[in-house]
Amino acid sequence: MLKGKNKNALIIPLLAVLSGFIVGAVLMLVFGYNPIQNYVNLFAGAFGDVYSVSETLRNMTPLLLTGLGFAVSSKAGFFNIGGPGQYLMGWFSAVVFALHFHALPGIVLIIGSILCGALCGAIWSGIAGVLRAFFGTSEVISTIMLNYIALYYVNYAIKTWLAPKGSDSSPNIPKKASLCTDFLQNLTHGSTFHWGFFLAILCAFAVWFYFNKTCSGFEVRSVGMNPSASRYAGMNVKKTIIVAMIISGILAGMAGALDGIGNYQNISVSNSTPSVGFDGMAVALLAGENPIGMLFSALLFSALQIGGLSISVLSTTPSEIVNVVMASIIFFVGIKYAFEMLIIKGVIKKGAKAKEAGNQ
Amino acid sequence: MSLETILMTVFSSTLIYAAPLIFTALGGTFSERSGIVNVGLEGMMIVGAFSSTVFTLSFSNALGTATPWLSILVGGFFGFLFSILHAVATVNFRADHIISGTVLNLLAPGLCVFLTRIIYNGKGQTPIIEQGLGTYTFPGLSKIPVLGKILFTRTSLVAYFAILIAIVSWYFLYRTNVGLRLRSVGENPVAADTLGINVYKYRYLGVLISGFLGGMGGAVMAQSITMNFSSNTISGQGFMALAAMIFGKWHPIGAMGAALFFGLAQSLPITGAYIPLLSHVNSVWFQVAPYVITIIVLVIFLGKAVAPAADGTNYIKNK
Repeated sequence: MLKGKNKNALIIPLLAVLSGFIVGAVLMLVFGYNPIQNYVNLFAGAFGDVYSVSETLRNMTPLLLTGLGFAVSSKAGFFNIGGPGQYLMGWFSAVVFALHFHALPGIVLIIGSILCGALCGAIWSGIAGVLRAFFGTSEVISTIMLNYIALYYVNYAIKTWLAPKGSDSSPNIPKKASLCTDFLQNLTHGSTFHWGFFLAILCAFAVWFYFNKTCSGFEVRSVGMNPSASRYAGMNVKKTIIVAMIISGILAGMAGALDGIGNYQNISVSNSTPSVGFDGMAVALLAGENPIGMLFSALLFSALQIGGLSISVLSTTPSEIVNVVMASIIFFVGIKYAFEMLIIKGVIKKGAKAKEAGNQ
Repeated sequence: MSLETILMTVFSSTLIYAAPLIFTALGGTFSERSGIVNVGLEGMMIVGAFSSTVFTLSFSNALGTATPWLSILVGGFFGFLFSILHAVATVNFRADHIISGTVLNLLAPGLCVFLTRIIYNGKGQTPIIEQGLGTYTFPGLSKIPVLGKILFTRTSLVAYFAILIAIVSWYFLYRTNVGLRLRSVGENPVAADTLGINVYKYRYLGVLISGFLGGMGGAVMAQSITMNFSSNTISGQGFMALAAMIFGKWHPIGAMGAALFFGLAQSLPITGAYIPLLSHVNSVWFQVAPYVITIIVLVIFLGKAVAPAADGTNYIKNK
């Protein structure tokens, strides 16, 4: 049914995840912690009841969107580390919109905030895209610089215009502008789950459709693989670069907007750029930048982050162990060549059987 | 405040903030000159900052004033060990360089805070280092009229050391056989291999030197600026160093210059308040200006950044 290559595309991430958990277990054993108990706590913390599942899905929303954003620019051949800045701009502008137009009806506020966040994310990444397309400026530098500009500008704006005197946070947005409704809270036993989740899932399918079924998506992939050949084939490379960066920024900006009006309900001064922008990279890399695969990798990483919280609550094990597991998983995805060699040699099959026997 | 004092303050705080970036940007230069893209500098700095802090806290009673200096070497050593991961993944296992570098950035904070909690009874940050690198006044040189006070009084010795390393790196890469070979495997590994140069060996060398310098950069950060280790000790300096390396066109002296510029940029929000003309300007402009200027300079003067030709490609040797 599955062709050889597709089969490997599934087996390798699964092996990588398994190996990542083994690395985490070994590390826990070395320092005298009980890996099985901790993994049980982790699983229960992420999926144990309605509340936990809802928290996991809520945390998955920005991971998925920033991951999709990274993947779109990466397919076009760019290393867009601007996710944190674009996310922050999206978050900031969505909250500003909801606060400023508080007289508007709820649904208009919500749609307006999300569009505003997407737009600001798009502008932020678009700057890097335009500079790259017309001046050849390294997008690595420009997105890093734009991250800092966003951080300091947003901090300044919060302190000067939004926050009441002596406070470092903006007021909360009006209840009607929130994506986190009473209906959902009752349904999920008071979790922070919000409607933004469904929008994020929709975006994953939209990005899949974009890459596989649209002309523009094909051009993005083509430019990423070979810009010169694309130019000779009559594609407008400059336009494609800008389009890819803008879509990337829309997604990251939307992640910020959804977190802003769904999860946080306000915005605070921060010392460093939000880490979710970088975590999105890990989500994209585990899934090999496949939008549908990212649904699963975002779910996994979200579960690790949310479940990791209960590891440190229920035992003395530092919850940072989940970051080590996450990093190891990506490492094993990265060295897939080693797995491919092992699969070719058939060692894996025997090894997997031995492992199963060992676990029982 | 007199002009001399203002200049001295600006100059010395520039050096303090630039020193970690210079080390790390030089590290990036070595790795990328050998053809291995290194976005994992941030992770290497984190490992260096963590290990040097633990070393200083554990041995400062026994070793006295030499401890912070030794701890920089310790940071370098652990950065070197950590970079082996990147080398094995990219050179032997043909991993995508960006994936592997991202792994370092994800792994380092997780692992180091995990270990911090184990060593320091569950706390996510280490205690404060009592004795950091501090400031240094050059004997003799500081007596030079005007310049002596600005350049050599109460300044950062480790930054001068970093500048020295930049010059040595330039000499090494551009004036020695080993340096030439290291650069050749980053430009054209096939040709280098045909001439009998061991591509894998030189790429390992590039990445490992990079790990050592990145670790030193992180250590300097911890020993002179943050004075402890927590998850916030290194927040983006590795990426700034990466930017400095590209800004400096993958050249040691260029990278050092860019790092000094970023150092000035980072110190201005702090020193700006003391400068009479600038003290009324809102501090947000100081914070944002350097990053805007970097982009503008890049667009106007540098144009297309040219990386080593084979940077980011995996070399697969044919038997």
